Amino acid sequence: MELNNRRAKQLKKDFPIFENNKGLVYLDNAATSQRPKQMINAVIDFYEKDNANISRGVHTLAERATERYEEARKVVADFVNADSKEIIFTRNTTESLNLLAYTLESIIPEDRDEILLTEMEHHSNLIPWQQLAKRKGMKLKFVKIKDDFTLDMEDLRRKLTSKTAILSITHISNVLGTINPINEIVQLGKKKGAITIIDAAQSVQHMKVDAKKIGCDFLAFSSHKMLGPNGIGVLYGRKELLEKMPPFNFGGGMISKVTFEVSEWAEIPEKFEAGTPNVAGSIGLAEAIKYLDKIGLDNIGAWEGELLNYALEKMRGVSGIKMFVGKNSGSIISFIMEGIHPHDVAQLLNEDKIAVRAGHNCAMPLMKVLGVQGVSRASFSFFNTFEDVDKLVEGLKKINLKFKK
Amino acid sequence: MEKGIPGDMYREHMLELYRNPQNFGVLKNATHEKTEYNSLCGDEITVQLLVKNDVVRDVKFNGSGCVISLVSASLLTEKLKGMEKDKVMEIEKKDVLDLLGVKITSARIKCVMLALDAVKGALK
Repeated sequence: MELNNRRAKQLKKDFPIFENNKGLVYLDNAATSQRPKQMINAVIDFYEKDNANISRGVHTLAERATERYEEARKVVADFVNADSKEIIFTRNTTESLNLLAYTLESIIPEDRDEILLTEMEHHSNLIPWQQLAKRKGMKLKFVKIKDDFTLDMEDLRRKLTSKTAILSITHISNVLGTINPINEIVQLGKKKGAITIIDAAQSVQHMKVDAKKIGCDFLAFSSHKMLGPNGIGVLYGRKELLEKMPPFNFGGGMISKVTFEVSEWAEIPEKFEAGTPNVAGSIGLAEAIKYLDKIGLDNIGAWEGELLNYALEKMRGVSGIKMFVGKNSGSIISFIMEGIHPHDVAQLLNEDKIAVRAGHNCAMPLMKVLGVQGVSRASFSFFNTFEDVDKLVEGLKKINLKFKK
Repeated sequence: MEKGIPGDMYREHMLELYRNPQNFGVLKNATHEKTEYNSLCGDEITVQLLVKNDVVRDVKFNGSGCVISLVSASLLTEKLKGMEKDKVMEIEKKDVLDLLGVKITSARIKCVMLALDAVKGALK
């Protein structure tokens, strides 16, 4: 369904948070999305009708819960155009990336000792690699960003060498909104023989992400940023690699045979899913995907693009504002107000019931590159409207008045 | 949504102190010094103290911060001058909140405490 301001307003009614917080203008969608009642009800439904542990019992409920968990995996697989076996349920993007940072260790060729990231990575796609580098004595390299807040592709070509073991890169920057040309980047990485990883936490809810088309080895994202429940995330991995990698966590559900001395591992994806998984979470996530698919990611992208352009134009009219918005931007606007701390901006906007993020946005090194302590960030979802943007702009103008007394 | 009287934090006297904080700058003959970071926003405040015979003779702070952290630092440093070191170490969150005298939401307590944490860290 094609979206416009009227449709967006209607869709907002699917989200109970707005019923319970009258007047809320939610512009912190990049931190976590709000949840539609369809998704919430699917989770409640599961607990009320189908709840049991999976892959263990033979009773009716256990079978049903197992089927529903595997159905959810299939929905996720279709969502990113993968095989079900290539979908591992984790807690979130961070855990997906940690899983990789720990398990890739044993399949990295001896003669490759560099990890290539970018200056615009979220801490979750930085710190796990810092730790791996420390453990294995590897070297971290960072692709620079240009003045227009896009990646310096020449710098990437320079730093990507036959020494590069891992190339891990964000699809959309959580601060700049920049959409990185990941198809091209993955191609370059593969040509050099690097393992390619995409942090898709900020993209899967805004645009179609096709793992096969991108051709990456791994792709990570979180349910909570795409209308799904907290506490469940996804790691897509190419079958050949997943099969070669050792498990990350150990325990129930991930074995084929156990003696007191040794154990053998289950097939993928179970090999990577030790312990009782978040079954209700998977079902909620599947429902969230169905909700997104019903609207259509293309329609979502088109509407959010329209909103973003409207917002950029309006916000340029706020005196003393400086925006950090990448070319090819997604639905994120980071900004600072001259002489006013980002937290004060966010706090004062909150008085008008406008929710934005403020601070380093889990990208402290990027803040340094940008030459700021922190930024305020407005991030949009498909249910946001022109009126939401107008309220934000009014709020910002009011703050200016308050501080310039 | 936030309860209470959020507007309180940005009353004119707070903004006035934010524009012209007391004891902002560098203390050349400092005997104690500590920088504290606010992991929430990346802000940092450095507090420098001149302590003689276990009494705070002078104190200055510098760095960048929000209204809450700068005003807290301004009010706190003003209170410290002439105070015995032991007494300074007894200052608690509640005391800084009393100095501020406005309602602070829970998310901003770290901003309130930044300067005090630096002071205590320096004197430890």
